[in-house]
Amino acid sequence: MGAATMERPTVQADYLLHLADNALVLGQRNAEWCGHGPILEEDIAMANVSLDLIGQARLLYQEAARRIGGDATEDTLAYFRDAPAFRNYTLLELPHRVGLVGYAQSDIDYSVTLVRNFLYGSLMVLVWDALQRSSDEALAAIAAKSLKEAKYHLRHASDWMVRLGDGSDESHARMQAALDHLMPYTQEFWTASDVESQAQASGAAVDVAALRAQWDALVDEVLADATLQRPALPKGYITEGKRGVHSEHLSYLLAEMQSLARAHPGATW
Amino acid sequence: MTTDTNKAPALKEWPLWEVFIRSKQGLEHKHCGSLHAADARQALQMARDVYTRRQEGVSIWVVPSAQITASEPDDKAEFFEPMGDKIYRHPTFYEIPDEVGHM
Amino acid sequence: MYTQAMDIPDGQPALKPVARTASEAEAALQARFDARIDADGRIEPQDWMPEAYRKTLVRQISQHAHSEIVGMLPEGNWISRAPSLKRKAILIAKVQDEGGHGLYLYSAAETLGTSRDQMFDALHTGKAKYSSIFNYPTLNWADVGVIGWLVDGAAIMNQIPLCRCSYGPYARAMVRVCKEESFHQRQGYESLLQMMKGTQAQKDMVQDAVNRWWWKCLAMFGPPDADSPNSAQGMRWGIKRMSNDDLRQKFVDATVPQAQVLGVTLPDPDLKWNEERGHWDFGAIDWDEFWNTVNGNGPCNKERLATRVKAWNDGAWLREGALAHEAKQRERTMKEAA
Repeated sequence: MGAATMERPTVQADYLLHLADNALVLGQRNAEWCGHGPILEEDIAMANVSLDLIGQARLLYQEAARRIGGDATEDTLAYFRDAPAFRNYTLLELPHRVGLVGYAQSDIDYSVTLVRNFLYGSLMVLVWDALQRSSDEALAAIAAKSLKEAKYHLRHASDWMVRLGDGSDESHARMQAALDHLMPYTQEFWTASDVESQAQASGAAVDVAALRAQWDALVDEVLADATLQRPALPKGYITEGKRGVHSEHLSYLLAEMQSLARAHPGATW
Repeated sequence: MTTDTNKAPALKEWPLWEVFIRSKQGLEHKHCGSLHAADARQALQMARDVYTRRQEGVSIWVVPSAQITASEPDDKAEFFEPMGDKIYRHPTFYEIPDEVGHM
Repeated sequence: MYTQAMDIPDGQPALKPVARTASEAEAALQARFDARIDADGRIEPQDWMPEAYRKTLVRQISQHAHSEIVGMLPEGNWISRAPSLKRKAILIAKVQDEGGHGLYLYSAAETLGTSRDQMFDALHTGKAKYSSIFNYPTLNWADVGVIGWLVDGAAIMNQIPLCRCSYGPYARAMVRVCKEESFHQRQGYESLLQMMKGTQAQKDMVQDAVNRWWWKCLAMFGPPDADSPNSAQGMRWGIKRMSNDDLRQKFVDATVPQAQVLGVTLPDPDLKWNEERGHWDFGAIDWDEFWNTVNGNGPCNKERLATRVKAWNDGAWLREGALAHEAKQRERTMKEAA
């Protein structure tokens, strides 16, 4: 594993793909609200969040492509890998609704969107903050930019948690239901995958498990203001999206996202 | 809620806020428009999203439109009783005439 | 041609003292209004204005705003399937800009004494219209580029003169809009240029999109001025600066060379350069089809509107929740102060 002594340690491409896939999958989901938001101002705000995430994904994929070499580009990585190759948290690929199977039809619910952005955003402000000190210079630069954006996203989501959690009876009920649905998926954050362990060993990445106490504190503070109850998590299945074992939802998301590009392999757009 | 699917349910609106921005190199805040928000914090965040596209180094003021008092335009003052004027007319119901032209 | 002053009964006998009557005041204000319009000045929200001027502007500005919002849907249709990350980002940014334009315009309309709720209600119940160009479907990815090139191109032609319109908030909103819109047109054209340099399948996609959108874009400028009763009054009030036919001709003249550079064929066998006129001659527009669509029976009218109504209705809980929170906060602040 040892990096060359004259070079600064860097992470391997797979780790960049984990970060990139997170950003792309969540960016794709958030963009589903374009034109359908609960009020015009929120349509614009959510599009901003989505744009930022896709921007992060692009930087990370481009850097990953450089390290992979060959024909790899941001687009070959985004459009021509299948679900098992994707390393995003399962939390991020879920549709905007409370638990139904992959091919069930139902309305989308903004409460799920906001709570998910809050839970992920709380993690990423901590992760990007640590990574901006990474010995991997390219990653550190991306982290510094992403941290600014993540803070903005977290503020947006947190404000809504409080506004709606401590809002009307209906808004409170929806936010609580979304929280109950999504919280179990956050367990995936805390046990390192092989990719994460390897990246950590290089010294250039962050030990996410070590961030847990801070994340808990961040989350609990907002939940208290929002008058929301943190659900108890029974022992059971912990999702494994970052290991390439996803929910039924990812293959639908990728089918839609990748269909046009795959219909014209080799074309430039 | 009505059962007529075409009718939007009657709602209380988020209040209207006026937005003033001082650009990075600017000398003073300029009025650039309005938006709807439920509270000041949200108004500020939305103003940043909508009117600055999150440029850095800008200063934003948001003020509830109803809080602004304006001077009378000279014309009106000549013919009508002076009164502390709001910056807009009071919303009045109006009929939209039938569409006759394009757009 | 001038708007009639509001009909106010003059019950004052001839020998009353000097105090002015309401109708004298109206006439004087009307005269000042007309003079300002004639001098190309600006009318601002607090200024006196004829009721017909105000109503016309509310309708025009709000319908312009509705067009931006509904216009998010045909393009939003391709965000999830954009074939590269760069194009995806560009498209989201564009659709977001359109939302922003809607917001600037609703904001301008509200200065005239209407509210966002009232305007949405008018849209949702079919009383207010939006630009009929958005009642057509986007059937392949090239439609997105063609909309940028042709639809935004046509919109820019309409909008630049509006930057000088007599009503201040509308003119200022249009300046903001125009700055952002030219970026949209260039991005759309550039993506088509890229496709026309690509595979045969990509070229076919572009030609197919052009075939479907060209005539609809020409119709966007509206019926010939002879058939447009509102045009004259709009021009008189400094709201409308150029005639429909003039704008349409200007658009054709600008666009034909762009099509030549792209290498697409515009689907008009009558399209021909007229040396004498110094303009491109073009064929007859199908106004029946245009009116059918404007009147609600085009390919996508019902879906577009139903989608907007659903978004509004589904979002009610959030808007109400936010208001409930704000009410609670105010109560707490008052209790603390007590």
